[in-house]
Amino acid sequence: MSLHAHLLDPYHHGDSWVHRADARVKLILAVLFILISALTPTGIWAVYLLLLSLVWAAVLVSGLGIRFLLKRSLLALPFVLAALPLLVSVDGRPLAVVSLGPVTLTISQAGLQRFASVVLRSWISVQAAILLAATTPFPQLLVAMRALRIPRLLVAIVGLMWRYLFVIADEALRLMRARAARSGHPEQADTRVGGSLAWRARVTGGMAGNLLLRSFDRSDRIYQAMLARGYDGEVRTLPSPPITPVDRWTLVLGTTLLLALLALGLVLSR
Amino acid sequence: MMALHSMATAWNAAGTNPAMHIPDGFLSVPVSIIFWILAVIGIGIALMQVNRELGERQVPLMGVLAAAIFAGQMLNFAVAGGTSGHLLGAALAAILLGPWAAIVVMTCVVGIQALIFQDGGLLVLGANLFNMAIVGVGVSYAIYRLAQKIAGEQRWAIFIGGFAAAWASIVIASLSCALQLAISGTSPADLAIPAMGGIHALIGIGEGLITLGALVFLYATRRDLLKIGQPQPGGSQWVLVGGLVIAVILAVLSPLASSHPDGLEWVAEQQGFIERAQEPLYQIIPDYVVPGVSNETLATILAGVIGVAIVAGVALIIGYGRRRRLGQTT
Repeated sequence: MSLHAHLLDPYHHGDSWVHRADARVKLILAVLFILISALTPTGIWAVYLLLLSLVWAAVLVSGLGIRFLLKRSLLALPFVLAALPLLVSVDGRPLAVVSLGPVTLTISQAGLQRFASVVLRSWISVQAAILLAATTPFPQLLVAMRALRIPRLLVAIVGLMWRYLFVIADEALRLMRARAARSGHPEQADTRVGGSLAWRARVTGGMAGNLLLRSFDRSDRIYQAMLARGYDGEVRTLPSPPITPVDRWTLVLGTTLLLALLALGLVLSR
Repeated sequence: MMALHSMATAWNAAGTNPAMHIPDGFLSVPVSIIFWILAVIGIGIALMQVNRELGERQVPLMGVLAAAIFAGQMLNFAVAGGTSGHLLGAALAAILLGPWAAIVVMTCVVGIQALIFQDGGLLVLGANLFNMAIVGVGVSYAIYRLAQKIAGEQRWAIFIGGFAAAWASIVIASLSCALQLAISGTSPADLAIPAMGGIHALIGIGEGLITLGALVFLYATRRDLLKIGQPQPGGSQWVLVGGLVIAVILAVLSPLASSHPDGLEWVAEQQGFIERAQEPLYQIIPDYVVPGVSNETLATILAGVIGVAIVAGVALIIGYGRRRRLGQTT
């Protein structure tokens, strides 16, 4: 079996300037970027456009390709449903009237503006998060988390989780393959599936129980192996590498630029 | 290739409970910050308790089980018309690990889903952690233990308690999510709460059935893991009480809020008011307009031009650099 779940790791190896930048700087800038886009008032399209072009420029530099970014950025699309009522619930100058059977809904200009702002902000933010995950190897993200004062214990658990995630995901895939071999493909709508709904759910529950059981046993073996190598309960990490002058300037310039964009947004919204 | 495709679908289905992982942009900044603070307090207490209980075993145990819950979210079963039910896992984690370790495990799962897979936003991660790691675990633990306290250690109490715990963890977490959206002014309460609650009352049945199946399996094979009749970790009674309080508050508050949305709208309006109140702060720049930019439309057009120029410029520089490098190698 040559297929492994690690193919789904979103990190894309590369040697660009974005890839080489320090993970701590990238994490801080990504979160700040998302914060700034959330703080930018509704309907300030100028700032949204500038924020979007910033992400796209960084994506071009990273060599990931805009198409890759756009494809992944549609992930959060289903959630747009939650903001849809804004179209008709906000009072304002009516733009269009939609009648759905007995219900008549009025789409207002202010509502459209609010809705478009929520969707745009969300879309811009998810692109920044994609760029971060696609250009930063996981071990460097762990270093960045430590630098942001996330408790050492939590970072150690996350690190171990990532180490075994793909091993256990492979195990889950084997369980699903075994089930597919015996009872049809549950994920395809047009094929017949065996048994009643309750039976299918019970089978899946048995698989989940099995997966947890195997994981309990695996964690025991890992613990023994760690003890054999001198683990004494203390989580030790290598000292974080120093931040280079280039990275420091990236952080300072990036922060200044983002704050300037926020100021521009606030000035324009007056 | 087909196998890879179906694997990718399975992976994407993992945790893609799109109605529950809030993306960035859908919650207002004050709401995001308040729930970050609540989440950090809850997770901090859980980490301290876990540190005391498990000692040095905790890192491998919780790391591997977090991976297992994450991977377990790939397991799905066909419901009808191409839709499928799958697992969130908060209830299973709470039953098997106790409340504190389960909060830590779910924190790792939800955090990595946001940071690596963009399943849920980063600024709103506090709210997502609050819903799935704290409310989800607290409520399911409270209901599972309550069922055992009422019925003793009967087999049916474990199974029915497990089903109810899993169902309630999904529904109550979704109500919390809907309230956050309503307070942020993104969705009206009288629509978001019934819609979210209704959808998740159905999704919760899938969660409940899978959890039930897993409990039946574990009861038959490794009854010791279910820790029936064993002393619970220290401070668990607080989770029991806290989980029940959260469940009752959200279950009572939500229908109230959806039938009388005025209260929430008032909160949302207050937030809008605060945002407006902040504006005079920036009026220190008196009637100042960006030089040469007379109005907002012009500013938007200008921003569009600058944006296109930046992107095109970067693209040109990269293209030029690549051509030069190619020229050097040949």
